[in-house]
Amino acid sequence: MVRTYALLAWTWTRAAMAYRASFAIMVVLGVCLTAADVAVILVIFSHTTALAGFTRDEVLFLYGSAGLPFALCDLFVSNVDRVSQHIKAGTLDAMLIRPVSTWLQLAADRFTPTRAGRVLQAAGVLGYALAVLDLDARRLWMLPVMVVTGAVIFASIWTLGGAVQFLLTDAPEVINSFTYGGGQLTQYPLSVYGRDLVRGVTYVVPLAFVNWQPALYVLDRDDPFGTPGFVRFLGPAAAAVLALLAALAWRQGIRHYRSTGS
Amino acid sequence: MIETDRAGRSFKVRGAVVHAVRDLSFRIEPGEFVGCLGPNGAGKSTTIKMLCGILTPTSGRVRVAGLDPSRARTALARRIGVVFGQRTTLWWDLPLRDSFELIRLLYKVDRKLFEVRLDELTEALDLGGFMRTPVRQLSLGQRMRGDLAAALLHAPEVLVLDEPTIGLDVVSKAGIRSFLLRVNAERGTTVLLTTHDLGDVERLCRRVLLIDHGRLAFDGTVGDLMATAPGQATIEEVVTRLYTRGRAVPPPVEPV
Repeated sequence: MVRTYALLAWTWTRAAMAYRASFAIMVVLGVCLTAADVAVILVIFSHTTALAGFTRDEVLFLYGSAGLPFALCDLFVSNVDRVSQHIKAGTLDAMLIRPVSTWLQLAADRFTPTRAGRVLQAAGVLGYALAVLDLDARRLWMLPVMVVTGAVIFASIWTLGGAVQFLLTDAPEVINSFTYGGGQLTQYPLSVYGRDLVRGVTYVVPLAFVNWQPALYVLDRDDPFGTPGFVRFLGPAAAAVLALLAALAWRQGIRHYRSTGS
Repeated sequence: MIETDRAGRSFKVRGAVVHAVRDLSFRIEPGEFVGCLGPNGAGKSTTIKMLCGILTPTSGRVRVAGLDPSRARTALARRIGVVFGQRTTLWWDLPLRDSFELIRLLYKVDRKLFEVRLDELTEALDLGGFMRTPVRQLSLGQRMRGDLAAALLHAPEVLVLDEPTIGLDVVSKAGIRSFLLRVNAERGTTVLLTTHDLGDVERLCRRVLLIDHGRLAFDGTVGDLMATAPGQATIEEVVTRLYTRGRAVPPPVEPV
C-alpha cells in the first residue's frame, strides 16, 4: 500500500518537475506563506510575555506540534477532498475499476510535492521549541504519539469531508473550515478561545487531542479549563474512534456513489 | 462468467424513484462475445457499471468471474478489463507510456510480462507513434486504442466495453473491431460491449442482449434477432422495430 502510494506520488512528482521554474516558485512561496504564521506569533510576543498563560516558546511548541501532523496530512492525504471534482468530471469511475483502494488513489492523485515545504517549516519550529524549552525528558515519549494522533485526526477529518461529498457534491468549502480551519485553530493555546468552542473541539471534533491535551502533559501544565489529568492521554482513543467513523462513512459513500450519465 | 439475477438499480431524483435497471437476469459463458443494445437511457451503462462494481445494485444479484462486483470490487478489477468509450480511464496529463506504467504498478503486473504484452498491444493497435504524447493531446481514435491497450495489460478474463466505437471513423472502427475479434478468438477473453452501432453487432457479436426501459427485451443470437421481424428487414429496421414497440414513432425521413 505504501509502495503503491509512493510510486503514484512519484509519477506526479515527475510530472510536476517538468515545469521546474513553477515548481521552485511554489516551494519558495509555500515556505514564505507559512513563515508569516510564525512572524505573527513573534509580533504578538514582542508586546507581551505571555499569551493566555503560555510563553512564546511554549506557543511555538504548540504551533509546531499542530503544524507537523497537519502539514503531513496536507501533503499526503488532503487530495481525498477532491472527490466531488472527480465525481463531476467522471474520473472517479476510472479509479473504481482499479484493483487499488479508491481512497489511496485519490490521496495520491496529483500529488503536490511542493507542500513538503510546510512539513519542513513546522518540523523546524518544533525542533527550535524543543531545543529552547527545558522539558522533562520523561514526558517526551508523548511527542511521537501526538504527531501520529494528530495526523490520524486530520486525515480522518479530510476523509469524512470526502465521504460527505458523495452525497453533497458541493460541500468542499464547508470541509475546508474543518480541515484548514482546524489546522489554524490548533496553532494557538486553546485557552485563548471561548469555553464552548473548546468543548466543541474536545468532545465533538476532537481537535483538542491533536496537540493541546497531550502538550499540556509534555509542558507539565494543568488545563486552564480544568479537565482531569487522564484526559491528556485520551488522544489515541479519540483518533481511533474518529478514524473508524471516517472509514465507515467512506465505505457508505462509495456504496452510494451514483456515477454520471452514460 | 457474467451472471445477473433480477438485478436492479434505482436512483432517487428530486424525491422520485427512477428505476434505471430492473429485474435483469442473464448469463454469459466464458469465451462468448455479446453485444448489448438499447435506446439512449435504457440502462446499458448502468448495467455495465454494476458489472464492474462502480454502482451497487439496489436489488437482485450480480456475479462476475464468481465475485460480487460491489463487495469484491478490487479483487474483481484484476480479472476484468473495462473501457468507457465516452471517457478515458487513462491519466489525462500524463504521456500514454506513463499511463501504462501506472497501470502496471496498480495491477502489479510482472515487468517482463508487461513488456511482452505492451509490445504485442503496441503492434496490434499501432500505438508506436504516440507513446510519448500526453493523453489529452491524442485524437479520439488514438485515445480509444490507448484505452483498449490499458484494459488488456493485465490479461483480464473478461473485457467490458461501454460504446467502444462511439465517434470513430470507419477505418478506426474497423481496426478496433478486428482487434476485439482477435482478443476474443486468440485469448478466449469473454467480451461484452454496448453499442449504438449495428455494424458492431453484425460483425462482432454472436449474441445480442437488448435492454429497454431497464429490462431485458431480447436475448438471443443475431439470427434470432433478425427473425423477430417478418421478411427481408435490415438490422436497422429490426432494431428500430424493437426500440419503438408501443411508442409513437416519428415518420422515417425520406432520402432526398
